Amino acid sequence: MGFAYFPHTDEDIKEMSGRIGINSLDELYADVPRDVIYKGDFDIPDGMSEMDIRRKFGEMAGRNTGLTIFAGGGACDHYSPAVISSIISRSEFLTSYTPYQAEVSQGTLRYIFEFQTMMAGLTGMDCANASMYDGPTSAAEAVMMSAACSKKKKRVLLSGTLLPQVLDVVRTYARFHGIETSEVPGNGGVSDLPAIGRELQGGDVAGVLVPGINRFGIIEDMEGLAEKVHEAKALLIMYSDPSSLSVIRCPGEWGADIVCGEAQTLGIPLNFGGPYLGFICCRKEYVRKMPGRIVGETVDADGKRCYVLTLQAREQHIRREKATSNICSNQSLMALHATVYLSLMGNSGLKRVNELSYGGAHYLHARLMETGLFADAFPGRPFLKEFAVVPRMPVRELQDVLLKNGYFGALPCGEGIVSFCVTEKRSRSEIDGLVSVIDNSFRQR
Amino acid sequence: MTMSKIIEGLLYSESHEWVKVDGDAATIGITDFAQKSMGNIVYVDMPEEDDEVSCGEEFGAIESVKAASDLYSPVSGTVTDRNGDLDDEPGLLNRDPYSNWIIKVKMDDPSEVGTLMDAAAYEAFLAAQA
Amino acid sequence: MRYYDKLIFELSREGRQGWSLPENRWEERPDELPEGLKRKNSPGLPQVSEPDVVRHYVNLSDMNFGVDTGFYPLGSCTMKYNPKINEEIASIPGFACLHPLQPAETVQGAMEIYTGLAGCLCSLTGMSAFTLNPFAGAHGELTGLMIMRQYHISRGDMKRTKVIVPDSAHGTNPASAAVCGLQVVEVKSTPEGLIDMEDLKPLLDDTVAGIMMTNPNTLGLFEREIKEIASSVHAAGGLLYYDGANMNALLGKVRPGDMGFDIMHLNLHKTFSTPHGGGGPGAGPVGVAAHIAGLLPSPVVRKAEDSDMYEMAENPDGPGRISGFAGNFGVLVKAYVYILTLGKENVKNVGPYSVLAANYVKESLKDMYRLPVNSLCKHEFVFDGLDMDNAGTDESAGCTTLDVAKRLLDYGFHAPTIYFPLLFHQSIMIEPTETESKETLDAFIQAMRAIAREAATQPDLLKSAPHNTPVRRPDETLAATRPVLSWHPGL
Repeated sequence: MGFAYFPHTDEDIKEMSGRIGINSLDELYADVPRDVIYKGDFDIPDGMSEMDIRRKFGEMAGRNTGLTIFAGGGACDHYSPAVISSIISRSEFLTSYTPYQAEVSQGTLRYIFEFQTMMAGLTGMDCANASMYDGPTSAAEAVMMSAACSKKKKRVLLSGTLLPQVLDVVRTYARFHGIETSEVPGNGGVSDLPAIGRELQGGDVAGVLVPGINRFGIIEDMEGLAEKVHEAKALLIMYSDPSSLSVIRCPGEWGADIVCGEAQTLGIPLNFGGPYLGFICCRKEYVRKMPGRIVGETVDADGKRCYVLTLQAREQHIRREKATSNICSNQSLMALHATVYLSLMGNSGLKRVNELSYGGAHYLHARLMETGLFADAFPGRPFLKEFAVVPRMPVRELQDVLLKNGYFGALPCGEGIVSFCVTEKRSRSEIDGLVSVIDNSFRQR
Repeated sequence: MTMSKIIEGLLYSESHEWVKVDGDAATIGITDFAQKSMGNIVYVDMPEEDDEVSCGEEFGAIESVKAASDLYSPVSGTVTDRNGDLDDEPGLLNRDPYSNWIIKVKMDDPSEVGTLMDAAAYEAFLAAQA
Repeated sequence: MRYYDKLIFELSREGRQGWSLPENRWEERPDELPEGLKRKNSPGLPQVSEPDVVRHYVNLSDMNFGVDTGFYPLGSCTMKYNPKINEEIASIPGFACLHPLQPAETVQGAMEIYTGLAGCLCSLTGMSAFTLNPFAGAHGELTGLMIMRQYHISRGDMKRTKVIVPDSAHGTNPASAAVCGLQVVEVKSTPEGLIDMEDLKPLLDDTVAGIMMTNPNTLGLFEREIKEIASSVHAAGGLLYYDGANMNALLGKVRPGDMGFDIMHLNLHKTFSTPHGGGGPGAGPVGVAAHIAGLLPSPVVRKAEDSDMYEMAENPDGPGRISGFAGNFGVLVKAYVYILTLGKENVKNVGPYSVLAANYVKESLKDMYRLPVNSLCKHEFVFDGLDMDNAGTDESAGCTTLDVAKRLLDYGFHAPTIYFPLLFHQSIMIEPTETESKETLDAFIQAMRAIAREAATQPDLLKSAPHNTPVRRPDETLAATRPVLSWHPGL
């Protein structure tokens, strides 16, 4: 029986075997010890036709529940314009490898150069790399980068208001890499800047990682932090949501040295957690310690403007155990996704996304408060699209009522606090629906 | 590879750095052999003034497009000067590796240079490597 | 391919827009945020209409070469066909719209895919459990090494901090080890390109955490003494790590678990047909043998103890969390579709057909290119440049591997991997994969032979190649000496 992905006819196999000088394909494994050759059956099903595949996966998709998303927690339900899927599904992008052969990879190299420019612009940094796996791993890489920049210091401060998965991943990497991490607990829902200042006085700190918008959705005020960090000869690393940076003060304006974060918010589908898009940007003096691929502009043999992978002497294939990171690939196709998204949006579209998210989130916040069933977790703290409240009913009951009615919200974020997130995708009637479900279920009790 | 240039009066390390000694002051660079084997040098990573360097340990690196090579200090001491011209024009090391030094060091123990090779010994060392 | 010179920023005109979003009817606006929290300077994003955006990126795509464009024999990268049904399935809303923190009861289908794929990978590799959380091969390596260290730490064996890596290994192996806080010790290769047992044995003391191996190795050669290596390393208290970069050679035929490996990663974007996407997203699942199955990173997806439901749980015994959520789910779906499409019978042909193709190409070219190790190869092999004697090239012509690679682009093929492995000066590493027809392989062979003849008769044709690409021989020295890493107006 033939198979769609194997072009070989019996005749082909015979001719090819003849050229090699073998009588059976088994002889291709003559150098493998006999007892290592697998002779059993694999515990996988019989091959399926495309129709069977569609049916089976359709059924499995049916065992998931599509919900109206009012949750963030490091993954936001932003809108993805139709153009994007049309572009990123083009074979020339989708089925190419890392752009090693610049002559036949100018497409990839150019969009990465555009991506770097856009990310540097959004974060207010001098340069960006070609992307990282996801936000939390980009934070871990940024922390290792800060230690590499300082050469001798091996301690990093982490604000306790970072997302829990960011703290977890950074701690895992740091523990194995030999970096000491000290978590500075938040105070009143925001980073405890005085406490960070005190920790810095030991003079042994290489970097300080703080969020731009924190785990409770609060936009943090970092006034004076960069000065303190720089006085202690450490680097300020900010974990940012790039979508927000068209309206809120950017890390460059706060005086950050390295910026990392999750760019899934640039219209990338939720995808049950991946693929997402991490990124790292930095000031130019640190670029040679930056992990990952970097694309640069140059000219070709005829003097034409073109693009190549550059500063490769930092990377694992040259530096081996002395590389700045072990990362090889980036999330190139997701970087293309973000680049097309930002090309369509521009400054004005991204601003509109934030206005709609801000408006919807503040409307929901006000409506929830009106029910009398919630208290503000951190009254008066400014937020953009995600906010934290304390429900007067048990969290699990609240979640269950929402789920039963097709909503996903009230994400637990510690100590009886839950968060809601509203993006431009949520309409007034969806928000009203969510509020009335809560109101109807809990008010009369 | 054509014959590498070697200069009389300098001392040489097995990792292809040269040293010019003047009292307790040492001027350090890389040899013609080193620059040739690297190809076009695109970046020189150098320590800052007042940094400490130790004999036999890394003090920086040179990078070409497709390679990187660590620099090992032939002496111990304190960096008194770094060649800032190399920040803008690392290719100077390709053009003339002997007049374009990398760092100057005030040596803690000038007797350390005793283990280095003179020009004749380095020439023999290169011949043996080939 | 046509040269297209624009960057998106150069198409930007004040007043254009490419977005279509609802009017803002909310009363509350971000303008009301405290002044100190608002952005002052412009992020500098372009203003471009939708048709211009589309045409721009289609023009860029026209300067790219993918597997769907033509033959892509890039060694160690397994550029096999990427089935279209994979893409369709991964994008269905029942998967693409799931929030990663949704309660378990609303994502049972997704977790069924996770555990179903993990089960298939166990069967295909002889491992006992898999985590699908790592995002890429290098990420899998790092995760695997963390598990290795965690294993020793959990036994109180704290001094095992060395990891042995063959000198032929890919640079990622030592880099991953270093990121994981391990010291790298190199073991030499024999002239036949295999691990030198005599060099290995003295390295096996009580500070060894383990050895990292690729089998077949980066020369495409099977490490025949693998069983002996495994028993020596195990006897010394170390673990064996299998770098799955070259697993395509063995798929359906030989399982790493049966060779004695304790920990391994797979590259789903190589062996399991998910597209490389210009450098990601990939997926690098990590498999472990039964005795360390309890050491996987968080979160783990499993059947709940008291019901038939799947759940996602923390694993306090593992190295911790290495990813924000549970991996590149969208990529995992594609690999699972591929495995189920192949099925238990066709999967047995993947390895053999890929090895058949590699040996066929090797045998058809070895009279004109220098073959340092003339023996049966697996899914790939390495030439050390043109064979000066047999191809008739005299030394003065001096055509290098780079010249051959660039000239291949003119013939409409992607170049092989070049200057890797580092064991040879002129490495050309060729991996054809099982999805290429004999006609395609023959056309490639003809082109390679023609290039070898050109090297003898018209060397300048190679040295000035490529001639038919949008750009040729970019100045990499300039790019690295004066880095221009972003666009600026008026640049």
